Amino acid sequence: MKISATWLREFVDLNVDNRRLADDLTSIGAGVEAILGQGDAAIFDVEITTNRPDEMNHYGLAREAAAIHDRRLRTIEPDLPKAARAAPIPIEIQEPDLCPRFTARALSDVRIEPSPARIADRLTLLDQRPISNAVDATNYVLWEMGKPTHVFDLDLLEGGKLVIRRARPGEILKTLDGIERTLTNDDLVVADARKPVGLAGVMGGFDTMITAKTRNILIESAWWDPITIRKASKRHGLHTDASHRFERGADFESTVVSTNRVAQLILASGGGKLVGDVVDAIAKRIDQAPVALHISEVRRALGEEPGISEILRILRSLGFEVAPETNDASEWTVEIPSWRLDVEREIDLIEEIARLYGYDRFPNTLPAYSGAVIELPDAKKEATVRSRLLALGYDETVSLSFASPEDGARFSPGLGIEIANPLSEEASVMRTSMVPGMLNMLTYNLNRGNDDVRLFEIGNVYEFLADRPLESKRGSFGATGNVLAPGVYQPARPYSFFDMKGDIETLLEVFDYPSVAFDAHAADYYHPLRRARALLHGATVAQFGQIHPDIAARRKLRQDVFLGELYLDQLYRHALRQPGYQALPRYPAVKRDFSFTFADAVRFQEIETAVGALGIKELRTLVPLEIFRSGTVPAGKYSLLLRATFQSQERTLREYEVADWSAEIIRRLEELGGSLRS
Amino acid sequence: MGPYRLHMKTKTAPYAATKLSDYTPGALDDAVTMLLCAVDSEAAALEDESEWKAFRDRWMARKNGILTQINDLWLKPAPRDAKREVGQRVNEMRSRVEDTVEQAAERCRQSASQAHLASDWIDISLPGIRRPLGAEHPVIKTMNEIVSIFRNLGYSVEEGPEIETDYYNFESLNFPPNHPARDTQDTLFIGQQDSKPLRDRLLLRTHTSPVQIRTMEKLKPPIRIVIPGKVYRKDPPDASHSPMFHQIEGLAVDYHIKFGDLKGTLDHFIKALLGSTVKTRFRPSFFPFTEPSAEMMVSCFICGGSGWRAADPCRPCKQSGWIEILGCGMVDPNVFEFVKQNGYDPAQVTGFAFGMGVDRLALLKYGVDDIQLFFQGDVRFLKQFG
Repeated sequence: MKISATWLREFVDLNVDNRRLADDLTSIGAGVEAILGQGDAAIFDVEITTNRPDEMNHYGLAREAAAIHDRRLRTIEPDLPKAARAAPIPIEIQEPDLCPRFTARALSDVRIEPSPARIADRLTLLDQRPISNAVDATNYVLWEMGKPTHVFDLDLLEGGKLVIRRARPGEILKTLDGIERTLTNDDLVVADARKPVGLAGVMGGFDTMITAKTRNILIESAWWDPITIRKASKRHGLHTDASHRFERGADFESTVVSTNRVAQLILASGGGKLVGDVVDAIAKRIDQAPVALHISEVRRALGEEPGISEILRILRSLGFEVAPETNDASEWTVEIPSWRLDVEREIDLIEEIARLYGYDRFPNTLPAYSGAVIELPDAKKEATVRSRLLALGYDETVSLSFASPEDGARFSPGLGIEIANPLSEEASVMRTSMVPGMLNMLTYNLNRGNDDVRLFEIGNVYEFLADRPLESKRGSFGATGNVLAPGVYQPARPYSFFDMKGDIETLLEVFDYPSVAFDAHAADYYHPLRRARALLHGATVAQFGQIHPDIAARRKLRQDVFLGELYLDQLYRHALRQPGYQALPRYPAVKRDFSFTFADAVRFQEIETAVGALGIKELRTLVPLEIFRSGTVPAGKYSLLLRATFQSQERTLREYEVADWSAEIIRRLEELGGSLRS
Repeated sequence: MGPYRLHMKTKTAPYAATKLSDYTPGALDDAVTMLLCAVDSEAAALEDESEWKAFRDRWMARKNGILTQINDLWLKPAPRDAKREVGQRVNEMRSRVEDTVEQAAERCRQSASQAHLASDWIDISLPGIRRPLGAEHPVIKTMNEIVSIFRNLGYSVEEGPEIETDYYNFESLNFPPNHPARDTQDTLFIGQQDSKPLRDRLLLRTHTSPVQIRTMEKLKPPIRIVIPGKVYRKDPPDASHSPMFHQIEGLAVDYHIKFGDLKGTLDHFIKALLGSTVKTRFRPSFFPFTEPSAEMMVSCFICGGSGWRAADPCRPCKQSGWIEILGCGMVDPNVFEFVKQNGYDPAQVTGFAFGMGVDRLALLKYGVDDIQLFFQGDVRFLKQFG
């Protein structure tokens, strides 16, 4: 909000320069973000919090400045000529709860012309466009004392009266901006005998506005129910300086003074006469109950500062009336000024005290605490998973939690959660899978020439489960390009399915489980022959593989891309593995290599299972050392070099034992259809 | 070594043991000196292990080695009265020769291993083989740092749902329905909620503050918690806005907490995060769920508070020397009213709360100029934080 320093200083004598004044206002909560211009044109750009409509004008900020510097604030008392006698304009308030007060007064024989330079310049300085003396007078008063007012062409008001009523459904009002608005029963209007002439507290009517032809004027200054104004402003998408103030709460006692101030300004610039007295229709008083202030409560919130006389000085300087006058009471009754609708409770007074005393004057202390730090149940697991993924060479990412409806449906069967007012169609549902986000990031990299990429993300997916939102923890990781860049030491090694599988194995290893099973039942957005899922105790904890070539083609991915998903909520059901000591082997290991030819249909898992079923407890590992096809190997078959390692904890193995076991293994593998080579 | 080497180079005919014609002590001395000179100079000339082996055999072979010859040529024919003297000298000589041979062996082994080492030469100026490590995301890293500072102060971590109800996101935080303060939080709402009562309608939480209420419903006072998490606003993405970002909320409720405790805690925190030289100041602000409310500013840690970076105006602090870091305040008694049943009687307890945008802190801390970089997964960006 723009505030002219010179205008502000009209209401209070201050011995400080603008720089200091800006700092002072900032220190009590009216943050001056910048000082623009110099001298009389100096403008403060002030950020005023939504709870302080009373500060959204020059007089209100002058009041704060006066309180800071303990100076007297001048009052606004418009000096008006004697009015010609006339019958008061009838004002009929049909909705006393929504319009507790409506003040008006009439002027006749006014010349509508441009405002005098002093008025026009000030408004221009605040980026307000001068319109005419009558309209500018209301604008001037708005920026001077924060009270929105309105002027009608009195001759265009039909039936010689004003009615404040709910609009009739379907009633049309053309507002000042020229837009015809269809009203509902929830809208409150100012109407004449026949038609609405203003949307209450938001904007006046077009048909009764001041024009060059206007001679007689009716000034309106009312107090409107904040919620009614806010709803109307929202309903009609019409946020105005008036609605902004009314929905935050205007000063109930300022309707008469603002009416008179507008009248004074119009008379000064456009001549004319006052017709009749001010009409002040009060349908209902807005009473602000006095608030009790206990010194014990001040101390409980703020500690030992400030002292009592300072507390009382602060409150009085802001316009609060405090009784009794004495400093040695333990409790005071505080009357709240009409412009402070935000102050209703003792804590509100305590804030005023702290604010004006100066936050920086309170000592910095650390509170004692006897409670314990309680860790989230999965915190350690997540930290472990995260550090392992980092160690495995995946960069950590965060992607937005939104997805397009198409991706939402493509990558998860879950019931997506729609956003009612999304920023865009591509971000209109909450993600049901981490895959689209990961795929987008991989694509983003490939499109920028980043060929070697490994990423992971830990986050939530969201879906409705029986109409309740369910957030589940997931991990995703993605990779493309080389694991090892080509160099003088080695050729490039591209990332493969088995890198991902190995990384998943390494990751799962941190958990305590008897065994992990892999099968090929993974989602159909993976390559049908290069996908797998990992199960612990029959529950899927991960699925992964190469992205389906169709999807890769649609996204124009120019190299193989691998994706993995971790069902962290499932995984976190397992405890972290507690490392346990096992005695180191004291006897040497014996290695035996076997070279077999198998039909392609025989998978390694069957070989491993078959050998495992022999139950040779001295068999420590069975590792596939080499696989090759073609060459001397007939089509449809492959050659497999296996290395078995035997070791006993109790003794040195004998040659004949190893020979026996080797024979058993060979026999079993031959039963599987393998033939021993050479 | 130099003169010795010169001496070695002047070698003449190889030493050969000859019979002694004179057994006087003087003649014996000369004969011994000659032999020792010969063995030393031959030892010094040895180049490798095979030469050394020949050298050893020439001198020490049982059969016909020079020492054996000396035994035969000097000792055996010696006159009876000189035998004792000659025997002693031959023994001394033998032990000198044995030592020399042994030392020569050591020298040859060393030079052999040196020669072998030379074949192991590599160009150590070639780049090392790097195993790529993953890089932590700057926002998560910053978030973890903040959480750990508060953990050290006795704060536990709490979490809550990102899809919240109006009740937790607004109502119980003292944002009444139709309150203008709701406008400050451009909210993304979940679809098809109109049939529900307002307080049950779902939305994407606009701050991590709802977890304050959720935690106070669950745990009795005193509590100290921090709440990291994602929050959402209807902000179109640009260099400083993202519809999703991260916050850390903090809440301390106890029987003795005062405004100074809020200030002291946050002052301690920001010094732990940014270094002990930063200064803090607090300005009044407004949040519906705290009162008194404040904003904490820190002296600009980019320009050191001067407002200038060399000749350029400091942009992060807009030349003011101060940067707004977080919002905070004493918990509003109205908030406690919502959890009064669980021991949070506003007449008994007080507390403070604070909340900060982690992404913005990370932007400032690392000098990143576009928040969108945090959410694109560009490895050229991410790798900078490894």
